[in-house]
Amino acid sequence: MANLTKTNRRDFLKIAGTTAGGLFIGFNWASCDSPKVQVLTDQEVLSQVHDFNAYLSISPTGDIVIYSPNPELGQNIITSFPMIVAEELDADWSKVRVFQAALDNEKYDRQLTGGSGAMPHSWERLRKAGATARHLLLAAAAEKLQVPVSELTTEKGEIFHNGKKKFSYGEMVADASKLTAPEEVSLKDPKDFKIIGTPVKNVKGKEIYTGQSLFGLDFYREGMVNAMITRPPFGMKIKSVDDSAARSVAGVSDVIVFKNKVAVVGDSTWPLIKAKNKLRIEYEPDGTVESSFDHDRIFKELLDSKDARVMRKDGDVETAFKNAAQVITSEYQCPFLSHSPMEPQNFFAHVKGDKVELVGPTQTPDRARMETARLLDIPQENITVELTRLGGGFGRRLAADFVVEAAELSKMLDKPVKVTWSREDDMTGGAYRPAVRYRFQAALDEQGKMIGYKLRGVGINAGNSTRENNFPSGSVDNLLIENVEHKSPITTNAWRAPITNFLAYAEQSFLDEVALAGKQDPVKLRMELLDRAKNNPVGEIHYDIDRMRGVIQTAADKSNWGKNKDVMQGFSVYFSHRSYVAQVADIEMENGQPVLKKITAATDCGTVVHPTGANQQIRGGIVDGMGHAMFTNMTFENGLPKQKNFDTYRLIRMKEVPEIDVHYVDSGFAPTGLGEPALPPTGGAIANAIFAATGRRIRTQPFIEQKEFSEIKLQIKRT
Amino acid sequence: MANFKLRINGKEHQVDVDDDTPLLWVLRDHLGLVGTKYSCGIAQCGACMVHLNDEAVYACTLPVSSVGSDKITTIEGLSEEGDHPVQKAWADVDVAQCGYCQTGQIMTASAFLKKNPNPSLEEIENVMNRNLCRCGTYHKIREAVAMAAKLK
Ligand code: FES
Ligand code: FES
Repeated sequence: MANLTKTNRRDFLKIAGTTAGGLFIGFNWASCDSPKVQVLTDQEVLSQVHDFNAYLSISPTGDIVIYSPNPELGQNIITSFPMIVAEELDADWSKVRVFQAALDNEKYDRQLTGGSGAMPHSWERLRKAGATARHLLLAAAAEKLQVPVSELTTEKGEIFHNGKKKFSYGEMVADASKLTAPEEVSLKDPKDFKIIGTPVKNVKGKEIYTGQSLFGLDFYREGMVNAMITRPPFGMKIKSVDDSAARSVAGVSDVIVFKNKVAVVGDSTWPLIKAKNKLRIEYEPDGTVESSFDHDRIFKELLDSKDARVMRKDGDVETAFKNAAQVITSEYQCPFLSHSPMEPQNFFAHVKGDKVELVGPTQTPDRARMETARLLDIPQENITVELTRLGGGFGRRLAADFVVEAAELSKMLDKPVKVTWSREDDMTGGAYRPAVRYRFQAALDEQGKMIGYKLRGVGINAGNSTRENNFPSGSVDNLLIENVEHKSPITTNAWRAPITNFLAYAEQSFLDEVALAGKQDPVKLRMELLDRAKNNPVGEIHYDIDRMRGVIQTAADKSNWGKNKDVMQGFSVYFSHRSYVAQVADIEMENGQPVLKKITAATDCGTVVHPTGANQQIRGGIVDGMGHAMFTNMTFENGLPKQKNFDTYRLIRMKEVPEIDVHYVDSGFAPTGLGEPALPPTGGAIANAIFAATGRRIRTQPFIEQKEFSEIKLQIKRT
Repeated sequence: MANFKLRINGKEHQVDVDDDTPLLWVLRDHLGLVGTKYSCGIAQCGACMVHLNDEAVYACTLPVSSVGSDKITTIEGLSEEGDHPVQKAWADVDVAQCGYCQTGQIMTASAFLKKNPNPSLEEIENVMNRNLCRCGTYHKIREAVAMAAKLK
């Protein structure tokens, strides 16, 4: 069990009687309602397993242990990855136990959760892990029975010869694990899949619904101290700190000023929250401070600036616009957003000389280790990283600031430390979805055909705010895509479907404007552009035209696009993170008011491995895309976020969610990820439906803060 | 600091904490009952929901000094085997994404169903609207509450 770190293994032996995967219950209160013991405990199984590969071990009892290497934040990879291994193994799913693997660069690569990339990366590897083990079990059985392997079959963890059961996997593991794994192994025909494509239940369901210790904030280690940290507004530095009142709070053992931050330390959380509120910190501007009104001005300046980076240029845009019968120009803008996972940031660190133990919720354990190694100037091998379950991530946990801080404090205090961020810390502590403004321009000829297309994106710490090779690039003769970035002290980070989370809305809304100006049906316009890209591509094409057409057609069919005059519809389609999603939003009039009733989604993500998880990622992505487009704003005053908690930072709630109808296009491709791709199209579908219903075009998020929106009185409450 | 005797999940517990300590932190930091979650701390999200004499309350804004001899139930004490009808429905519908909000959702739903065993969809939505789910599992929560009502 080399992928349980040493220390963890020690803990592991101490905690008899926890349910599967309860690796982090170091908190053993005799008075607590203790979890129930299984027939064979996990440690009983783990103590006798034979390892087949980094993912898979099997015990002579037939119990199957599968390690899930990637951080689990709700994408349910901890269920879907083991399903793939078990499928090729032909395992009895009821005998599978799943464990979260610790960071291990030798056993696994790409041990991270982000970019919807885990599934495409690991699909083959996981299948091979299961298939190789099955092959070895069969080889061992063939040897014992003295028959050729080709005469043996397997089903649900048992080996058959001529239809008669001969052995269980458990009986063969000892022999099989001694054999050398083949380099090549054949994989199942997808039509024979028995586990993949079925609604397998979340392997951690029971633990989640009984409130077991699973998340980073639940982690406890004997002898650890708790800490909370006050971080400065962006562009401010500490001038003076008066900590006398904070220190007087009972339960506070220390106040430490470091790197422009102030940490309060103690043995439990509540005294720290109180002490934090009693800190008197005076800040002074470092010369870079910004407020939201500065950003509005900066956007306008940069949209007209002469220095833009050309991201893609096809044809002769100048001439096309000069010759145009009609030019339309529109600008779209979005605010900063906080990631706000339900579990605020936190991490445990224990620096012991030149060794470090890290435990907590991170999307990139590798980066956590790298940055900690750099900070402490020690080799990476001296650091172990164990993963707890993540109470959401949305990109915020791709950063390592919250890990490094914990390590730094642990070193200063010479103690194990858990750093907890309050909700206010989490919301004001940085790494936001960047604020962006786009200017789109289209040149149309006499027939309403788009002959020229220009996009300039300006973003605040957004890097490249465009995706220059995405549709409609490749379908327009003359095209220019440019980017300008403004550097700000306000920190930003990937936020679920980075850049495309807003770009898709802006672009798909603008295409609607193009359709209107050219007197074309929005779906037909997109299909014609794709025909053009297919038959006579302009420049490079970076998306699969047929797959894009597939989801457009399916969404149009399933939503009865344009067929019911009482339903006002908005269309949107986007390709991101290797998957294709088209969406249609339906608005109906009720008592003279427009009501958002339904969103239909058609997705092509290749093979659907885990339908429950896939459905939830699609619906969750749509709810997320809708909620943030509609309600959520993050603004700044002198470098300080004005929204600090859920009372002013408005997240979508149950009553605001419309019906969501999910469909798939079976393209036969290998599976791609779904954590992100369903989010980008949603805002555009809704904004286009609002236009269809009311004639009002909403170009700025969040919708509810726009004048147009308050005038149309869209009902977002279900009736 | 003061000593408080609390009745939690049918057992007596004693803690020595400041009067103003929210029940949430008593449960999490002093009693190791970490199924009750912290997310906002200001009664906005419902992650910390517990039952106070069968009533769903936000543990994050409930000072321990106001609990007295009232009966507290947390997710850990909702059922012995994790088989309360609401928990069963949650498992059956397979509600969770990240799962962080779900114990709070379950506590809101179970208190509600006890008072209103045959709710309409609208009543379900009205009560569950108190609880945030950042992952957006709202469709499934609604489905699971309706299923739990039938399981009873
Ligand atoms: S933590 Fe209590 S309501 Fe949010
Ligand atoms: S399941 Fe993640 S917050 Fe609800």
